[in-house]
Amino acid sequence: MASSSIVFAGPPLAQYALRRADDALLLGHRLSEWCGQAPMLEEELALANIALDLIGQARLLYAYAAEIEAAGHDEDQLAYLRDAQHYGNLLLVEQPNGDFAATMLRQLLYSAYAWPYWQAMERSADATLAAIAAKAAKECAYHHRHAALWVVRLGDGTAESHRRAQQALDDLWMFTGEMFTADALEAPLITAGIAADPALLRPLWQASLDETFAEATLIAPADGWMQQGGRAGRHGEHLGHLLSEMQYLQRAHPGVVW
Amino acid sequence: MSITASLTRAWRIAADIADPELPMLSIADLGILRDVRWEDGTVSVLITPTYSGCPAMSAIADDITAAFAAAGIAPVHVRRVLAPAWSSDWITPAGRRKLAAAGIAPPTPGSAPIACPRCASMETAMLSPFGTTACRALWRCRACGEPFDRFKCH
Ligand SMILES: [Zn+2]
Repeated sequence: MASSSIVFAGPPLAQYALRRADDALLLGHRLSEWCGQAPMLEEELALANIALDLIGQARLLYAYAAEIEAAGHDEDQLAYLRDAQHYGNLLLVEQPNGDFAATMLRQLLYSAYAWPYWQAMERSADATLAAIAAKAAKECAYHHRHAALWVVRLGDGTAESHRRAQQALDDLWMFTGEMFTADALEAPLITAGIAADPALLRPLWQASLDETFAEATLIAPADGWMQQGGRAGRHGEHLGHLLSEMQYLQRAHPGVVW
Repeated sequence: MSITASLTRAWRIAADIADPELPMLSIADLGILRDVRWEDGTVSVLITPTYSGCPAMSAIADDITAAFAAAGIAPVHVRRVLAPAWSSDWITPAGRRKLAAAGIAPPTPGSAPIACPRCASMETAMLSPFGTTACRALWRCRACGEPFDRFKCH
């Protein structure tokens, strides 16, 4: 029956694409939760537009993962019929929206990584990933500019906005460490020139954050304990709640289409 | 009809289809239409998205199928291609003129000044980097006071 959970069983390249699809989908879904609740009309449009870009990236990546897996799954099934422990997203993107400062800090930490990541992926030996990257890199650059402007405005704003921005940064920092690690599944893909080496992205990420934080008068926390496990399917409790809402329709009405 | 003549006719049919979000422009004006060719005995129409999440792609595919059916050409195969990636440089000169005529500032690179599409004043400023569709930002003219859309340079 179509509502039963599925398990994705594609080869490493497909798993790799699936993990990036999960990043984009969950962050896009989180941003879509702001619909009708953003602090002003311009932000309503901005968050919805960014969500749309991310969900678009997710669709391209899911479609590619499904094509490689060749098990008859489609992009909707991959998004709506997998359980939390089979999601391979970064822990950062499943974190709740919190207040507007927390959403913007999460957005900055992710897009400052995603922009150079997709730029590097434009040189991937895999032609489809390179083509998806060419679009995603430009979109993430635009998202980064938006997030950086807000983080500066909030950090260098009132005492209250500064306090909230610094708090959000302190709370989210422990989820950034795993962005720059590669597990046994991804290491051979890096060697083959298919996947970008995350260790090489870290200095670019750090430099762009340093610039934003200096202007925002925010202090990056020291690298202490870092949470790991998102890529391996070990998630926090928030992901289950997110999926129960996001997957509800497809689980309740199996096979329903627009 | 020769294959070349058929393909020329097929291109004209496809090139005439309006973009759902910018109906004053055709999909050829916008650079979304990439190619019309014979593949395995059917006509293939190759289109590319402006943005990854462009919600108009499926509507455009439906419009292409309908236009070819109305012209007596069926089936037609609509195929999405990603490379080379679309950028605002793919908008044709005719497309840029149509955008300006519709009150939408055409894309210009980098920090080049933007002329108000209504009064041509250069005294313009961005209100929001995100606008009414994925491809537009919201601007305002300080001279005439009118807000206007600017096609993002992407
Ligand atoms: Zn004006």
